[in-house]
Amino acid sequence: MTEQADPNTQTRKKGIFSFLMKARATRPGETYGVPGQGDTLWLSVLSILGIIFVWWLFTFMGWVKPLFLPAPQAVLNKFLQVWNEGFTNTPFLEHVGISAARVFGAFLLACLVGIPLGIAMGMSPLVRGLFDPPLEFYRPIPPLAYLPLMIIWFGIGESSKVLLIFLSVLAPVTLGARSGVKSAAIEQIHAAYSFGASRWQVMRHVILPSALPEILTAMRIGIGFGWTTLVAAEMVAATKGLGYMVLSASQFLQTSTVIMGIIVIAVIAYGFDMLMRFVERRIVPWKGRM
Amino acid sequence: MGLEIRDASVIYPTADGRPPVEALRQINLEIVDDDFVVALGASGCGKSTLLSLIAGFLSPSSGAILLDGEPVQGPGADRAVVFQKHALMPWLNVLDNVAFGLKLQGVPAARRYETARGFIRLLGLTDFEGARVYNLSGGMQQRVGIARALTCDPKVLLMDEPLGALDALTREKAQELILNIWHSTHKSVFFITHSVEEALFMGTKLIVMSPRPGRIAHRFDLPFSRQFLAGTPARQVKASRAFIDLREEVLEIIFSDEESAI
Ligand SMILES: Nc1ncnc2c1ncn2[C@@H]1O[C@H](COP(=O)(O)OP(=O)(O)O)[C@@H](O)[C@H]1O
Ligand SMILES: [Mg+2]
Repeated sequence: MTEQADPNTQTRKKGIFSFLMKARATRPGETYGVPGQGDTLWLSVLSILGIIFVWWLFTFMGWVKPLFLPAPQAVLNKFLQVWNEGFTNTPFLEHVGISAARVFGAFLLACLVGIPLGIAMGMSPLVRGLFDPPLEFYRPIPPLAYLPLMIIWFGIGESSKVLLIFLSVLAPVTLGARSGVKSAAIEQIHAAYSFGASRWQVMRHVILPSALPEILTAMRIGIGFGWTTLVAAEMVAATKGLGYMVLSASQFLQTSTVIMGIIVIAVIAYGFDMLMRFVERRIVPWKGRM
Repeated sequence: MGLEIRDASVIYPTADGRPPVEALRQINLEIVDDDFVVALGASGCGKSTLLSLIAGFLSPSSGAILLDGEPVQGPGADRAVVFQKHALMPWLNVLDNVAFGLKLQGVPAARRYETARGFIRLLGLTDFEGARVYNLSGGMQQRVGIARALTCDPKVLLMDEPLGALDALTREKAQELILNIWHSTHKSVFFITHSVEEALFMGTKLIVMSPRPGRIAHRFDLPFSRQFLAGTPARQVKASRAFIDLREEVLEIIFSDEESAI
């Protein structure tokens, strides 16, 4: 009796590497052994506050010069100043609007082209055979590498900018739609055929709806690529836009504007991603459930 | 009139030089009137292949499949299939899933919902009309699948281990439900299972299949489902002397197959 240790007094080994040890029994309401289970909201808030604090500390203590890293409040002040006075004689919201128009316009075009193309590639060996090589060829090339070609071919106007973003979004959206075609279970397809469905009906009523979750995920990934390419697209002969703002501020070593622009781009992209996740939950609530 | 399988054989070609698989050899079978034909056998003896032939997903390497005297050319609404799982549409609610076949056939909404509601009632799903199918239990999902198959008024109902994924209790309930529906709708049924007890209880005709090559090794005529439908409780039917004796006989056949395979 006395030999046995009371389990409640045993020390719990806890630490950042505790997740590598053998897992203990979970609390009711959780499932034992699910990887990465648990709520992360507070940790995320903590992480953001922590980064801002460290940033503030470094600038406050004078460990880095403001030229390299301005203080958080300097960036905030810059934001308010640009908000009120604009940047290079253009109102702030116009910069935002023009960049958003470029990214979302290119995104919309890429979806209009990429989703049908991807579905066609998934459905037809003919289309897949024809379009797979060009797509796979250009996909791994960084947009900066073919930017000069875009300029030579399409000039320095709006079309080369939108086209560059379009191309960076097109590949992930197309590939997502293409693999989404394989989501339908063979039983679902057979069930439809056994009701006398035509191939077109099977595509419309079985294959498309089951591809929807993967298409939406591909769109989320695609728009991410779009924002990534924005700055590259606005490197050339742009006079407006967030990417232009960041690039031209960097030439005048206005670091606070650079950081402010980066944060604005990140916030818009993140906000849109949240919107997409919301849409996802609304229109494909069955995702991963059957 | 009904379904007739004449000398049907299926040989699957295999890749990388292995010999082709003779999944079915010289199958002869009739499914007529209100026959409830059960196919029983270990995995790999060609039960699903036989169902694919009847459904029209697969054409035989030789022989013929005739429906009311006409060769089967492909899948059609006169042969509805109930699958073991994964066959419902999660983006549709129960009502729309049940009405799915009618929708594909172009039946106008009002009429297809009326028909669907009738079968939803028959399968005891009325309270779940608007439910998402992925929120239903396995047993209820199978009921949705059966209701959907019945809406198009098929001549033959094809079921590939429809109760295989259910727990024992739900399974017995579902067996009784399917028998009652078969009795009230007068359909021919082709039903696959690898539970001996289920096979004996459900069928009017039993074919026991053997593997390599897949063939029908034994045929039995069964009285038990009629006893149940005449009012004898299911457990009592399954506990009767005749049932137990036949069960042991069939198990003997299946085990001897398994041993010769090892
Ligand atoms: N598409 C296929 N290609 C090649 N071999 C197959 C295919 N489908 C089934 N088989 C083989 O045919 C035999 C019968 O399979 P199946 O009809 O699925 O048996 P069961 O449903 O009785 O388990 C098995 O040996 C299986 O490996
Ligand atoms: Mg099978």
